[in-house]
Amino acid sequence: MSDAVLSTHGLRKSFGALLATDGVSLDLRPGEIHAVIGPNGAGKSTLIAQICGSLVPDAGQVRLDGIDVTAASPAQRARRGLARTFQVSALAMEDSVLENVTLGATGRAGGGYGLLRRALGRGDRHDRALAAIDRVGLGGVADMPAAALSHGQRRLLEVAIALSLAPRAFVMDEPMAGLGGEGSADLTLLLDALRTEAPILLVEHDMDAVFALADRISVLVAGRVIASGRVDEVRADRQVRRAYLGDL
Amino acid sequence: MIPERLVTIGAVAGLLAVALGAWALGEIFTITLATRAAILALAATGLNIALGYGGLVSLGHAAFFGLGGYAMGILAFHAQSYTPLELGALTIEGTKSMPVIWLVAICVSALAAWVIGLLSLRTGGVYFIMITLAFGQMFYYFAISWSAYGGEDGLPIYLRNSFPGVDTLVPVQFFGLCFAALVLALLLSARLRSAPLGLALNAARQSPARVAAVGISPTRVKLVAFVISGAITGLAGALYADLNRFVSPAMFSWQLSGELIVLVILGGVGRLAGPVIGACLFVTLEHWLGGLTDFWHVWLGAILLGVVLFARGGIVGLLTGKAGPHV
Repeated sequence: MSDAVLSTHGLRKSFGALLATDGVSLDLRPGEIHAVIGPNGAGKSTLIAQICGSLVPDAGQVRLDGIDVTAASPAQRARRGLARTFQVSALAMEDSVLENVTLGATGRAGGGYGLLRRALGRGDRHDRALAAIDRVGLGGVADMPAAALSHGQRRLLEVAIALSLAPRAFVMDEPMAGLGGEGSADLTLLLDALRTEAPILLVEHDMDAVFALADRISVLVAGRVIASGRVDEVRADRQVRRAYLGDL
Repeated sequence: MIPERLVTIGAVAGLLAVALGAWALGEIFTITLATRAAILALAATGLNIALGYGGLVSLGHAAFFGLGGYAMGILAFHAQSYTPLELGALTIEGTKSMPVIWLVAICVSALAAWVIGLLSLRTGGVYFIMITLAFGQMFYYFAISWSAYGGEDGLPIYLRNSFPGVDTLVPVQFFGLCFAALVLALLLSARLRSAPLGLALNAARQSPARVAAVGISPTRVKLVAFVISGAITGLAGALYADLNRFVSPAMFSWQLSGELIVLVILGGVGRLAGPVIGACLFVTLEHWLGGLTDFWHVWLGAILLGVVLFARGGIVGLLTGKAGPHV
């Protein structure tokens, strides 16, 4: 387990009487896609928030590259190489695709506070941004404001920004949310290729995508991991079938 | 529709042309009006960085304007009365030198903006407006009770301060100084907008979570912008005090904070030329309508309503045909 890029150890978080995260230990190893699934209200969003730093756990640890980042802010974690995408697209809607992605490349370089140089235009940040935009197939709309993009294109833009960080690990919160069959299939292909660059912790409701992509699956129910393992193991697990998958 | 760049250059050149034209015709009073417009434009250019780029609706920018004014007033007061300023172990001589006064005004207001920003930026929306208002009022009431420097009556400065190589008593030369400060602030503002900090600030206004997710602290970005914003407005305060040769608690009043917001909205929020056009329009209306009726603010209010309802991008928005950023 020591080679895990990202790991949680006994994460616990409660809101009043509700135990939203109950001793969750997960790890994400190089080259893999680790899917976290669970019914609505299982605590997936709370878990993501703790991993990415927008919520402080009551107990437990989050480690990135073996370093304890439990007390680090979301921005500090991002600079350490944790790239997240949001369930509901969080973009600078008035800004162009290129500006949104350049912001990512700039932030990773620790240069978000600079005053002396131009943000856009030549340079390796620009190149990195363009490469990320091309990679997700938004090259044709690079100069359009994010507000003018379709829902599917905005989902791709989320991924492009994450890519521009040249991250150590991706955390993706329902990247397929709201995508149709075709969009979902395209994004599945894209994520499939991404895992070699950095492993992906994938929270997803789209079971076709999960089974197509995941190397490992963890099942979260009522804040606890009730099963974790290879796809076929989890699929066969009786508890999981009862709790979540229904009778497949 | 006119490109924004051209609107900016046109607005700045227009202000210069009015002052030079008035100089050629010997219309001293018009030069004073143009100087007033340039100084208000400078103050609003500062506010525009916080309000327009960062979406920080500060109803307390009069605090920085007043601090700049009092920095000038206090330094000049000690110089004209030949009494050094005793601060415990520290003794500071007064000065009539504008560059020194400006530097002090900028530093003091930047420091105040840092402290106020640090506390206010923990909140957002209407709470941010209220906290900045409260800070502004604190300074206002402090100035009223500070009898050493005139208290409620304010502090007259008998002679305008000096600038090396410039005769500041000649109206057109003092206008030149204020105009140069305005142009510099506009260049800085343009630079900021296109720099990484501007990109991050603009994004932080729209989605703080997005900015944090790429490794940039949205609060820190806003704080830096707020400090720059306050420093520019502080410099304007020092110039304003020199224009009137008078400092009073009115410079700290919340009405002044409100007027600065009105200037920016009239001209165009987040647009470079917005504060310049807003200030010129404000001073023109104040002079013409103010001469006709004491209730000229009614007409200003009507125009403001018109802009807010029908021209969201302000006058710059009308000219360029593009709505400004959404604050």
